[in-house]
Amino acid sequence: MKKQDVVITGIGLVSSLGEGPDAHWDALSQPGTKPVVDEATFAPYPVHPLPALSLDKQIPKKGDQRQMEPWQRLGTYAAGLAIDQAGARDLVSDMHLIVAAGGGERDIAVDEAVATALCTTPAEETGPILNEKLGTELRPTLFLAQLSNLLAGNISIVHGVTGSSRTFMGEEAAAADAVRIAAARLSEGRGGIALVGGAYASQRWDLALLYGSGNALWRGPFAPVSARPGDGGFVGGALGAFLVLETAEHAAGRGATPLAKLSGVATDAAHNRPNPSAAAAKALWQKLGAPSGSLGVLSGMTGVPDARAAEEEFLAGFGDAAIRRTGTLLGHGVEATFPANVALGALALSRGGFYPAMDPADAGDGAVERILVTGFGQWRGEALALLERAA
Amino acid sequence: MKDHLGRPLVAVTGIGIVTPLGWGREESWAALKAGKSGISRIRRFAVDKLRTTIAGTVELPEEAEGAPPVSAAVRVERMAEAAVTEALAQAKLGTAGAFPGPLMLGMPPVELEWPQRFELARQANGSGAYPAITQVATGRRDIYETFMFGGVGERLAARFGTTGAPIALTTACATGASAIQMAVEAIQRGESDAAIALGTDGSVQPEAVIRFSLLSALTARNDAPEKASRPFEKSRDGFVMSEGAAALILESLEHATARGAEVLGIIAGCGERADSFHRTRSNPDGHAIIGAMRNAITDAGLEPADIGYVNAHGTSTPENDKMETLGMRAVFGDAPPPISSNKSMIGHTLSAAGALEAAFSLLTIRDQVLPPTINHDEPDPTVMLDVVPNVARPVSGLKHVLSNSFGFGGQNVCLVVSAAP
Repeated sequence: MKKQDVVITGIGLVSSLGEGPDAHWDALSQPGTKPVVDEATFAPYPVHPLPALSLDKQIPKKGDQRQMEPWQRLGTYAAGLAIDQAGARDLVSDMHLIVAAGGGERDIAVDEAVATALCTTPAEETGPILNEKLGTELRPTLFLAQLSNLLAGNISIVHGVTGSSRTFMGEEAAAADAVRIAAARLSEGRGGIALVGGAYASQRWDLALLYGSGNALWRGPFAPVSARPGDGGFVGGALGAFLVLETAEHAAGRGATPLAKLSGVATDAAHNRPNPSAAAAKALWQKLGAPSGSLGVLSGMTGVPDARAAEEEFLAGFGDAAIRRTGTLLGHGVEATFPANVALGALALSRGGFYPAMDPADAGDGAVERILVTGFGQWRGEALALLERAA
Repeated sequence: MKDHLGRPLVAVTGIGIVTPLGWGREESWAALKAGKSGISRIRRFAVDKLRTTIAGTVELPEEAEGAPPVSAAVRVERMAEAAVTEALAQAKLGTAGAFPGPLMLGMPPVELEWPQRFELARQANGSGAYPAITQVATGRRDIYETFMFGGVGERLAARFGTTGAPIALTTACATGASAIQMAVEAIQRGESDAAIALGTDGSVQPEAVIRFSLLSALTARNDAPEKASRPFEKSRDGFVMSEGAAALILESLEHATARGAEVLGIIAGCGERADSFHRTRSNPDGHAIIGAMRNAITDAGLEPADIGYVNAHGTSTPENDKMETLGMRAVFGDAPPPISSNKSMIGHTLSAAGALEAAFSLLTIRDQVLPPTINHDEPDPTVMLDVVPNVARPVSGLKHVLSNSFGFGGQNVCLVVSAAP
């Protein structure tokens, strides 16, 4: 089976810095951009909040908007932006879809009221009361807003993407494998065009509870990714990131201009950190087989100490590469971060430039010919993507 | 050794099964052939005030001895572990803790459940407020590693020594079939000679039952649990939630043959098609379901007439009966092959269903026996299908089975399971 080249023809990007390629290029190609941070609402956890979105532009039916909560809306919105940039609205019926998803929103008020009311009730009395409360207080539609595969479902419903639909779960690693598998399927001839990505709604207490339980969240005033001592942690960043991938032939056939070539994606999951994780990433780099000269790196570093140590060990091997820790300006968007950094890589290559330092530890400012995206998951997972200029 | 498209044929060399009918392949299959129902009144938690009080459940050994119920995340992992262990024992591939291929894991989304929330609220001096419980939960690695979506896959990958990153996925009720499709594709693209495909679900806990109930998806035929799941029968009125797991050891036919492994069957074709109509219903024209069925048959290099039996999605909802009948007639014309629903006996095992039904399809071919659709008391005149009513049916010469999985969110996956060549 002859492998075909895969290119990126559309990116859909929403972050606390704004939406769309121009807003991100303008903000990130200039030095001195400051992150947008809300330190108060979820104190002690700072977050990068969602920007205001004109939802009607991408989700025209109010009924569809009402069926979703912010996470699904953000993802569906970003997916639409990617399809628009690719000029692929008329190709959606045969477009394949892979979404990397977490869980959707819970009803925070119901959770808090029920837990407070029943936590000291003797176990044998709790059941019937819990059943009654949940049966009367949970909104039926919230289940669908909560279901992980319904972000993909909503993308199918709102944008008509129906070639196929898969949802991967598993935090950062799920997103990297989503990009890897979407590209591999195109490369081997399973379709001509695919949509892949994820979303993270950072302003959620239910996610603070989950990630906070692992000490994975940064607490206190905002600090750059490289400057979070002690327990470290990530600062959640609102992020929606989708990519339209095509075979080069498919793109050329319809006169679409590729933003970049996706030359390779490689993933692994070492069961220990930091050293086995760094070693796994080094092996992935060998597998990509790219020269390390004129390399720009877009790092998905989270700020979680073991992951950071593994990645710093890996990055130390790249000498004078231009390394950018995007999490300092965008925050960490879990399932959205890897596709977001691939999108930023494609954006830079399409504009013929790269980004100035985003984090105090960022170094290297030589010419960038190719871009490596890294994705060390907060707990598990090593992933790399290599982007080159489209031919 | 290659299929009609020049891809490596993908063989099944190990099958592991856990259902409410038993922990084990042969036990579950024997009960299924006997038309035995695995549905019962829920004993795991109080069912007062619930509209639906029945389900198919799989208790862990320690629960059976009186330990408090585990969370869905733990149940999912334990059943998966048992299914993979059984499948590996049959396949005899790899060494303990070193399997030569990736793990494709179909599972439900998991999250903290009420017992964890109550515990945290007690520790927070009676406050269930998120800031308070988040503070007391800080540093609880047990909660973090149990309820992160990557947790189950990480532990299974570490335990069985699968290669690369485990991929956990969900396509609602088609999840198990998607996991098999992912594994087949990995072998076809030469990423690996072998793979483990797994579907597992253990979601019978109060909130999940209530949420499905609120969508009016579940039957409330509580007085006769074993009669409640009745796909294709006139009085069916909703599905029965259930639990279970199935694992398949897949390898290229060439790899299996070279090592002298017994080939249990071939995953000959996979087809998928998404629907854009509605969050919980199919487009009434059925094109996505029909497309998925046809795509699977075409992918296998077959014609509809080659399919000798269909393992139904068969959830026991009026909506599914209507759509699956439409799909069957559209794909197979006026003389569709027999179709029966495993869910009439084991209920709807959700994320596990596609994998369990593919596993049972392989056993159907092995034993040349079609498992029945039980509870078929009064035929529905609009269901113009041979549903193998009530009793299993011996057959001969059955080579190709189509296994249907249709999910919420419009995710439809069909597999063609074939006899060893």
